[in-house]
Order: sequence, then C-alpha cells, then structure tokens
Amino acid sequence: MKILAVCGLGQGTSLILRMNIEEVLNEAGVDAEVEHVDVSAASGVEADYILTSNELAQSLQGHQAKILVVNNYFDIEEIKRVLSQNRVI
Amino acid sequence: MHFLTQELIQLDAKVNNAKEAIEQAGKLLLDQQLINESYIQAMIDSYEQNGPYFVLAPHIALPHARPEDGAKQAAVSMLQLKKPVPFGHPNNDPVSLVFALAAGSNNEHILVLKKLSTLLGNEEIRYKFMTAKNYEDLQSVIEGD
Repeated sequence: MKILAVCGLGQGTSLILRMNIEEVLNEAGVDAEVEHVDVSAASGVEADYILTSNELAQSLQGHQAKILVVNNYFDIEEIKRVLSQNRVI
Repeated sequence: MHFLTQELIQLDAKVNNAKEAIEQAGKLLLDQQLINESYIQAMIDSYEQNGPYFVLAPHIALPHARPEDGAKQAAVSMLQLKKPVPFGHPNNDPVSLVFALAAGSNNEHILVLKKLSTLLGNEEIRYKFMTAKNYEDLQSVIEGD
C-alpha cells in the first residue's frame, strides 16, 4: 500500500503530515509506504491513498488514488479517524 | 538549529492581514540572519499561488518556502497575533499563531518539524502559545525536551 501526503510545496507541511501518518500506521501495525510530495508532483505519482487539505483535494481530483481530507495536520486522533473510516487501518 | 528562541518569538503582534502576518513572522528570521530577504517574498508568493493550505490546524499557520528560496538554516519563528486575521482557510480561520519555517535542505529541518509537531499536537501547549504574555510563559514548554 502506498500513501501520499500532499501540500503546496512538498517541504514543510506535507512532511509533518507524513510523520503523523507514519506514527498512526506504526501504532496500528499497518505496513505502508508513505511519501510526501507537492501538489503538482502528486499527479505523476501512483498511490492508493492521498491525504491532504480540503483545498488541495480539489486540485487533485482525477488522481487514481482515493483522496482523504485532513483538517488538522497535528491531530493524531483525526488522522486515525480518517484512516480507519476508510479502512486503511 | 534555531527553534523558537526568545529572539524568534513576538507576542501580541499587530497585523492587518495575512500578508503582514507572514512578513512579520519572516522578519523575525531575517533579523537573526537565518534567511535572506528573498525568502519572505517567496513565502508570500506561495500563499498567493497555492492558497492558505498551510493553515494546518485551527488558528495555526505555518508559512514556508523552499530551501533554495533563501533559507540559510533550519529555523522556526513564532508570531502571536493580538487580533486574529483570516487567511482564507475554509475550516481553520482565523489565524492567531504564525510559525514561519525556514526549511534547510538537510535533515535538520525534519528535526525542527518533529519538535514543532510534538508541541502543537498537544492541546494544552497550543493554548499556552495562544495566551502567553511573555517569553517566560513559554520557555519551559519549548525547552521541555
């Protein structure tokens, strides 16, 4: 399974999201590859899931991955909820 | 690594809009010579081009640009706003804390983000940042680990 954390520049914000996704996956014992990229590069990367903000989700429409929206990138509980609702964990 | 040292924190700052907030938070980094002036403009350009996606939690913005836009070292500054301003984010507006991030190209900036993420993942600490009246109110939290 491959998950992308996407932000506008692919530097700071998506890296924070990626670290927190990895924490949730580790805790749940789920093995997945997590990458962080910027929104323009994301379209060229294959993935099963994309986690991003509401705003950027719209510009990612059409990507073959399932797009999941996270509102608070620091909120481990929210990330956990989003991943479990979508049966990632 | 320069992480929320006293010189990099400004409390009770007055700004009129998102652009001024980014500028002032960036100026804290500039004054410590952690970025070139071009980095501030790059943060504003990114905001104007990519929108306020970097408002990544309720009331918290993390403006940044690319390392090659003029970041010299991994660093984070903080601006606490006297009066919150809207950044145009559908869920997390208005913004009352602005953390300007200078992302160096090395692993140091991962460390900086981890520290910041750990702090801001804690609701009690978020509240402390929003209500602090002086640096001493925050010192133990920031130097905590």
